[in-house]
Amino acid sequence: MKNKGLNKVDLIFEKINAEEVLKKAWEMSNQSIIQQILDSGLKGRGGAGFPTGLKWKYTAAIDEPEKYVVCNADEGEPGTFKDREILDKVVYKVYGGMAIAGKAIGAKKGIVYLRGEYRFLLSQLYKELEAFHKMIKEIGYDFEISYRLGSGAYICGEESALFESIEGRRGEPRNKPPYPTTSGVFEKPTSINNVETLVTAMMIITHGPESYSQLGTKDSRGSKVFSVSGDTPIPGIFELELGMTVQEFVNEFGDGDTKAVQVGGASGFCVPRKKFQDTIIGFEGVPTGGSMKLFNSSRSMYNVLHNYLDFFAEESCGQCTPCRVGCQQLLRGVEKVKKGEIHSNYLNELLKLADTMKVASKCGLGQSVGNAFRTIVENFREEIIY
Amino acid sequence: MYQLGNLVKDLSDKHGRTRESLLPILQGIVEKHNYLTDEAMVEVAKELDISAAEVYGTASFYTFLDTQERGKYVIRVCKTITCSMKGKIEILETLEDMLKIKAGETTSDKQFTLLETNCIGWCHKAPAMLINEIPYTELTPEKVVEIIKGYMQKK
Repeated sequence: MKNKGLNKVDLIFEKINAEEVLKKAWEMSNQSIIQQILDSGLKGRGGAGFPTGLKWKYTAAIDEPEKYVVCNADEGEPGTFKDREILDKVVYKVYGGMAIAGKAIGAKKGIVYLRGEYRFLLSQLYKELEAFHKMIKEIGYDFEISYRLGSGAYICGEESALFESIEGRRGEPRNKPPYPTTSGVFEKPTSINNVETLVTAMMIITHGPESYSQLGTKDSRGSKVFSVSGDTPIPGIFELELGMTVQEFVNEFGDGDTKAVQVGGASGFCVPRKKFQDTIIGFEGVPTGGSMKLFNSSRSMYNVLHNYLDFFAEESCGQCTPCRVGCQQLLRGVEKVKKGEIHSNYLNELLKLADTMKVASKCGLGQSVGNAFRTIVENFREEIIY
Repeated sequence: MYQLGNLVKDLSDKHGRTRESLLPILQGIVEKHNYLTDEAMVEVAKELDISAAEVYGTASFYTFLDTQERGKYVIRVCKTITCSMKGKIEILETLEDMLKIKAGETTSDKQFTLLETNCIGWCHKAPAMLINEIPYTELTPEKVVEIIKGYMQKK
């Protein structure tokens, strides 16, 4: 397959006349809004990649007077910082996306769940919200947005844990089904979307679905905001068309000595140099919520893995045993192997444990710990052992 | 220990007295006093008519809702991978030297608490830390000394 190469895009941070777009959306039927989002091929930008149009369609289909649009701004994945930048620079487009979603699914209330680490942004965000409320009321929208703050818990980025947190409880994920589209926050039908997804949806309404779906590949339409950090001369936030290979990414952002790229943060995948050429960044290859970390040959991949496992051991909510005990055992296990307290074959047992966690954990946290674990251990085994 | 005064009542008036008000109320107390005393949690329980165990159980889930005594300025140094690659250890050691405490401790004058935290979303400007809600980025030991001196003078 021919890949698309690395192309910069300016959609998310593009200046638009929000009022005009919201007027346009107001004139559209709810079905045609949803159809445009479906046609664009947009998949959720938080990382999981569920088709946004379907989420809206399912929520719209439920006959219930009280529904919610929730904006997931609990950006906690290590290496992701694009939502903060989006909120800081173009929050009016986040609000706009929420209002359009609200109209499409029949919700009058929107809630932004902002991670506690970003509280310093709040006063500015409130200021812009006031102006936004006034503007949409004049157009005719009956939609109101409020804020809820997190308090330092990575797991609250998981949608059902986030609902629990909004409802005033411990952020422990719920069993699924029911899914949020039928029973979300306050057990009402809820469309929960990532910050960037909502902005993208508004841009699709602005420019039409055709131009958006021409970007990217069959499985990964459009563009995406990447958070680039680690061993790179140009760390920062970049919007790029989906469909490039890791090699093309490294050519642009690497320091000439890149040995691995961690795509998708601690819960994502480690791509070693030998696989750069054949790995596409997107849903057909390695998916990402935006986190791209580059490591050069001076870095110990044991330290990287240890850091991630330490992170998960702390952030596991502790509700289900596979994740609570699994994270701790993986952490202790690699420590023992490194110190030579146990034979290196023990790594094979740990890989089995990571597989068990994938199958048996209740939510995405425990299910994805094995991603980084397996890809680091398999590709850098000697660095873990010696 | 701090005096609660009417804080819990005022926050309950503002946010309401249903279960969903619990986090905003606890966050309001922490915003003002940086941690939750047993007394504060019991007061919140009474105000919302739920058990104190429910309040403690919820608070203790969240890293930022501390139930241990904290100083006036809570310093949280990011320890996740990029910050750790870009010199987090030097930043932490500089803070420990200046404040004469270890990570996890509070100065005896109750001004500063030094903690480590997970990713705070500033990886492109690592190393980074929060002091209360304010982020400080692209830190160097020299920069840290200046920042902390500023807070010491604020007292």
